[in-house]
Amino acid sequence: MTRIDAKFAALKAEGRPALVTYFMGGDPDFDTSLKIMKALPEAGSDIIELGVPFSDPMADGPAIQAAGLRALKKGMSLTKTLDLAARFRQGDDTTPIVLMGYYNPIYIYGVERFLKDAVASGIDGLIIVDLPPEMDTELCIPAIRAGINFIRLATPTTDDKRLPKVLQNTSGFVYYVSMNGITGSALPDTSRVAAAVQRIKKHTRLPVVVGFGVKTAEQAKIIGSAADGVVVGTAIVNAVANTINPDDSLVADPAEAVATMVKGLSSGVRASSASFAAAE
Amino acid sequence: MNTVIQPNSFKTGPDEEGMFGIFGGRFVAETLMPLILELQQAYDDAKNDPAFKAELQALSTHYAGRPSKLYYAEGLTRHVRQLAREQGLDGGAKIYFKREDLNHTGSHKINNCLGQILLARRMGKTRIIAETGAGQHGVASATVSARFGLPCVVYMGATDVERQKPNVFRMKLLGAEVKPVSSGHGTLKDAMNEALRDWVSNVEDTYYLIGTAAGPHPYPEMVRDFQAVIGTEAREQILEREGRLPDTIVAAVGGGSNAIGLFHPFLDDRQVEIIGIEAGGRGLDGEEHCASMSAGRPGVLHGNRTYLLQNKDGQILDGHSVSAGLDYPGVGPEHSWLRDTGRVSYVPVLDNEALDAFTLTTRTEGIIPALESAHAIAHAVKIAPKMAQDKIMIVNLSGRGDKDVHTVGQLLGMDI
Repeated sequence: MTRIDAKFAALKAEGRPALVTYFMGGDPDFDTSLKIMKALPEAGSDIIELGVPFSDPMADGPAIQAAGLRALKKGMSLTKTLDLAARFRQGDDTTPIVLMGYYNPIYIYGVERFLKDAVASGIDGLIIVDLPPEMDTELCIPAIRAGINFIRLATPTTDDKRLPKVLQNTSGFVYYVSMNGITGSALPDTSRVAAAVQRIKKHTRLPVVVGFGVKTAEQAKIIGSAADGVVVGTAIVNAVANTINPDDSLVADPAEAVATMVKGLSSGVRASSASFAAAE
Repeated sequence: MNTVIQPNSFKTGPDEEGMFGIFGGRFVAETLMPLILELQQAYDDAKNDPAFKAELQALSTHYAGRPSKLYYAEGLTRHVRQLAREQGLDGGAKIYFKREDLNHTGSHKINNCLGQILLARRMGKTRIIAETGAGQHGVASATVSARFGLPCVVYMGATDVERQKPNVFRMKLLGAEVKPVSSGHGTLKDAMNEALRDWVSNVEDTYYLIGTAAGPHPYPEMVRDFQAVIGTEAREQILEREGRLPDTIVAAVGGGSNAIGLFHPFLDDRQVEIIGIEAGGRGLDGEEHCASMSAGRPGVLHGNRTYLLQNKDGQILDGHSVSAGLDYPGVGPEHSWLRDTGRVSYVPVLDNEALDAFTLTTRTEGIIPALESAHAIAHAVKIAPKMAQDKIMIVNLSGRGDKDVHTVGQLLGMDI
């Protein structure tokens, strides 16, 4: 049982959906992003998605792209992202960490070496945007062998015929991208999200979390009532960006800004517990 | 370097997974995966459909002006023989140009665009998007979109918009919307990222018309097939003119569509030496070049594994070339495989060498070549003097250089 499995089991007992929070490693700099990461569990984040910056994030919107470029400019790398996770783990041995990014930095690092170092750094899962199931021999199978969950994205274009293929080697949870498009676009229709989650659940017993577009506690509450978890990414990345002046100086403490936002979102998912329990 | 198995034929790739050896593949987000599979199905159906072939053939002939001529470049041949004499040699290979510059829209790009627009129509898509570097593919995409009455959005790096103004204007005249992309260095790589984002967001109605033999499978195969008409014609034409195959064929490689188009029909003619020319920019020592196969290493970008310019953390570099069409940090996956198998040699040519060849071709042949093609000509001029006079070389003149006159004028310090 990984930390991810344990967390979802605990949340099920509690009767509420998970709050999954994404932030970009190294944004606005290494030390500040470590502070942000450390603030997340206390503020109510159940699972942390740690973004690995990449020069060409072709499935991400302008906010996450800009965050990645800010991090890269400050010298962030995959090696340092693993280090960030390891330092977080020194003070927190339970909150699951999912590394999210693109394949090339891992491919260049070397898959076997990466998996060894990821395990040592306390990484529990991977979401690699540009590795569909057709490419499972690259990283997915070796990751499973190393005891790391490989979490897959399902989208509205993933039809019933394709879902089994997508879910075949997926573990930890399924990440339903609630609309076609890049990260940070507008929020979709809730009833359609609920229907899609139910559709996926016909094919798997894994928890299904929903992402793309959630910004407020109210939205988190509504989406949370229809799924096993809510992912918030772009809103958090924007909260960080809003604390940075054009000359790189800070107007406010990014960790505090993120904590305030996550506390609000957390109240949202906690309020959706009743309807979640009813749906079970 | 990996040991690469030598195949019996170099023309059978890619395999069912879209791989050329370790290169190629389908490294895309799940959102795109169903579309890529749908596209592959549609392309497999189309290429076996005589009606599709006939329609493409008719358009190629009457709209694009095919077959393009194979022209004996007598002036340039005289020039390389003079160079040989100056070096105390009596060589100087006979140089032919495959005249893709004479096609409608002025480059080889129309070959691929005609094929893909017919496919888009077959698939019932109603909106075309494309990326462009030099603007040649953007113009060709805008052209076929106008011809078939489909709206077209062209993503173009902001830097390229600036240095290829005539093509930007042509696209607008043709009714396309040109969207400048300012992320990164504002070149082809960034335009491709943005086009992929558009596609992810508009999967229902949109067809992504990729302009080069790169991207996720089936694009590298499909674009190659549509461009292979270049090599198929050249092979027939040289056999008719000279009664034998050429000794050497040369083409410039950015993403590599004109090159793979010329090379592919010759791959199993082992006696034909094949040379691809990469953009050496300001030299391979620093980062100001686009010679991904000469100075990069394999990685994953834009849906495929291929040679890429990248740092030790796997972050993609921007590169540099005087020629916008070669200004791309990657290359089509089949080229990467041909490089590793040793079937094709890839060598860099510097910005200033390409500029010299641009001027030389203009003066000796009365042909203004595209800066991309000038890279290939520069290498031809380098090696031809060392070859005997009875040797035959074909250089792909992939496009005409009218679009580059502003860039060249600036570099030569002339005000136009």
